[in-house]
Amino acid sequence: MSDKHIDEFSGVSTTGHEWDGIRELDNPMPRWWLIIYYATIVWAVLYMIAYPAWPLVRESTRGLLGYSSRSEMRAELAAANAAKANYIAAIGSKSVKEILADDKLRTFAAAAGAAAFKVNCVQCHGSGAQGSPSYPNLNDDDWLWGGSPEAIQQTITHGIRYAEDPNTRTSEMPSFSGLLQPKEIIQVAAFVASLSNKAEGASAADIAAGKEIFAQNCASCHGDNGKGNREFGAPNLTDAIWLYGSTPAAIAAQVRSPRHGVMPAWGVRLGDTTVKELTVYVHSLGGGE
Amino acid sequence: MLEASEVETFDAAAVNSARVRQPLYAARKKIFPKRAEGRFRRFKWIVMAITLGIYYLTPWLRWNRGPYAPDQGVLIDLANRRFYFFPIEIWPQEFYFVAGLLIMAGFGLFLVTSTVGRAWCGYTCPQTVWVDLFLVVERAVEGDRNARIKLDSAPWSASKLFKRVSKHAIWLMIAVATGGAWIFYFADAPTLLRNLVTGQAPAVAYITVAILTGTTYVFGGLMREQVCTYMCPWPRIQAAMLDENSLTVTYNDWRGEPRTRHAKKAAAAGQAVGDCVDCNACVAVCPMGIDIRDGQQLECITCALCIDACDAVMDKIGKDRGLIAYATLAEYQSNMALATMDGTAPIDPRRVHDASGKLSDKISTFHLRKLLRPRTLIYLGAWSLVGLVLIYALLTRERLQVNVLADRNPQFVVLSDGSIRNGYTVKLLNMIPEPRTIIVTLQGLPGAEMSVVGMDHVADRSFAVEVEPDRLKTIKVYVRQPRENIAGPSQHFTFEVKDKASPEQDHYTATFDAPDFSK
Repeated sequence: MSDKHIDEFSGVSTTGHEWDGIRELDNPMPRWWLIIYYATIVWAVLYMIAYPAWPLVRESTRGLLGYSSRSEMRAELAAANAAKANYIAAIGSKSVKEILADDKLRTFAAAAGAAAFKVNCVQCHGSGAQGSPSYPNLNDDDWLWGGSPEAIQQTITHGIRYAEDPNTRTSEMPSFSGLLQPKEIIQVAAFVASLSNKAEGASAADIAAGKEIFAQNCASCHGDNGKGNREFGAPNLTDAIWLYGSTPAAIAAQVRSPRHGVMPAWGVRLGDTTVKELTVYVHSLGGGE
Repeated sequence: MLEASEVETFDAAAVNSARVRQPLYAARKKIFPKRAEGRFRRFKWIVMAITLGIYYLTPWLRWNRGPYAPDQGVLIDLANRRFYFFPIEIWPQEFYFVAGLLIMAGFGLFLVTSTVGRAWCGYTCPQTVWVDLFLVVERAVEGDRNARIKLDSAPWSASKLFKRVSKHAIWLMIAVATGGAWIFYFADAPTLLRNLVTGQAPAVAYITVAILTGTTYVFGGLMREQVCTYMCPWPRIQAAMLDENSLTVTYNDWRGEPRTRHAKKAAAAGQAVGDCVDCNACVAVCPMGIDIRDGQQLECITCALCIDACDAVMDKIGKDRGLIAYATLAEYQSNMALATMDGTAPIDPRRVHDASGKLSDKISTFHLRKLLRPRTLIYLGAWSLVGLVLIYALLTRERLQVNVLADRNPQFVVLSDGSIRNGYTVKLLNMIPEPRTIIVTLQGLPGAEMSVVGMDHVADRSFAVEVEPDRLKTIKVYVRQPRENIAGPSQHFTFEVKDKASPEQDHYTATFDAPDFSK
């Protein structure tokens, strides 16, 4: 566009573009706008020098400041760990009883234990530690192996019937299908159910006969009153909590061919500190003794 | 008394004239406002002293709140999430008080604007106040309007350099003080000042001071009227707020036109002669660089300095004051109709003057009654209503609160004796800066007892807990109800909390879940 065209109304030159007689004014750019525009270019160049910018084959250019989001995260993690260090050290050096007595330490340990629980324990015990059939509820006050801090710590560290740990808690209820007649099994199941008033439909004679059978075969582990024995992890048969079902039929099934839960030992895998944190958490769920 | 032709005239042209719009991309034309004197200027000095005084001094006022809370009168404690305003302490969840104040500020602005126009812009807006302050410095260093124009066009010399450097240096000092005062609202002022001077204050303090120094210096010293004209949204919104009964700074051309510097000659020739002697005093004092005689315009912040300038001239030539005055559109139009015989003739000021040259009593003037009209009453009513609600809320707000979260996983636990246990996270809010002993009691839920994690006491229906001053205490409470007392799968009961030392109390109604035994 060699001929310069000046718009006669505004006195501003036009770009030379014309559509149906409409021309485009060639106003200069606002100065502030231009300044910001140039400033962004300068900024972009400086940014490329200072920060990682150009992708190369294996990595990008590093930038003069040496910034990376990984190192930033590493620093944040280090700061977070440093902030926790005192608590972690205290948990490591104190017994669970001492931790429970210290309000702040207990709160910290319970929170850390809750996190560890979510990763390692919820698969069997449920996200709220409420258990499920065959997996014990950790919120209640019924403990097969004891609910004191020491007992819980022992259980978590060494597991239950976990063959790889020589110190694991172990016991086995024998199968009575070969030792007792089928009718006797029905009778003893009726008696056990009657201990917690659940033997509906069973005859008094069956229950009385079952009592005899119980005294001869079961009392050695479950106790004369059926209150159980934590020494062997023998459950209390008089309470409202049943791991494998409370109906006479379910009890009979357990007498015939008992199921035994297995819990892995966590001491080696998680380490002493995490086990203590888990202990504090489980103990704080409301059933701790 | 002077003749019109003897009045000092100013070689002043409106930089931002409505008739000649500045293109946006042109460099700013400098404005050299002349110092004005008069009642509005005096009023503005007072407003300036009060507003600047409040801003700079407030953080230094002390208020004793006892040993457990800071003693600064006004403090926005972001780190601890508290806002202190003398006896009032606001927690984050009480932010509605601030929202209410902002709503009041909004209605207040509507009310003020609908009655007296852009009074906010002209008198109290920080931009106006700081520009005024910067102009004081500029005048003190470089002299008044004519001296400044001369200096500006003069070639660089040692004296010009000295004046410019001292002016900008003082501006920067004011800007630093302004930015510095801001941060004192967010931390204990004396401590922060000491740290600031000794270089021990946090980086964010220095950054904030630097940013606010920059904005104050740039907005107040360099950009000035451009902030109002190009950056501020309020001049655009104000049109919706004004109506025909709103007072605003008005050039009364019905008595001023036709303007002439040679009134006697024109009168002798039998021409109509207005009161305006075209001395341009109103243009010379205008900080926005406009000519008010062009009528209402977006740039006008109604600072009323042109009124002062014009009144002084009117006094000198023995005319009635108020050629430029606060007037409403309604009275302006009625007077204009009088001067132009309802628009049928050009303006003839003789129609609004009596024989002695004074204004005739037929012209309409503002009456205070006009302030009371449905619009202003509605604004006032809404403003007062929000204010009363806030005061009521402030006087009746709880300083002891309880919130309860019921455990959802598991909802309930069956215990070995068949009783049912529910877990609750109980949050006790002690919202006063004093430690308190709070007694938590169970209401309803027969036979039920509470136990608290980490507290060695037997299960009971009531327990006491110490709560630190100004803190939230979270406790885990287990509620256990015997099997025989359970009256359904979902029972309601109440956690009642009481202050041991005062009658203050609060309660929370919670739900106790149990298995559905009826099934």
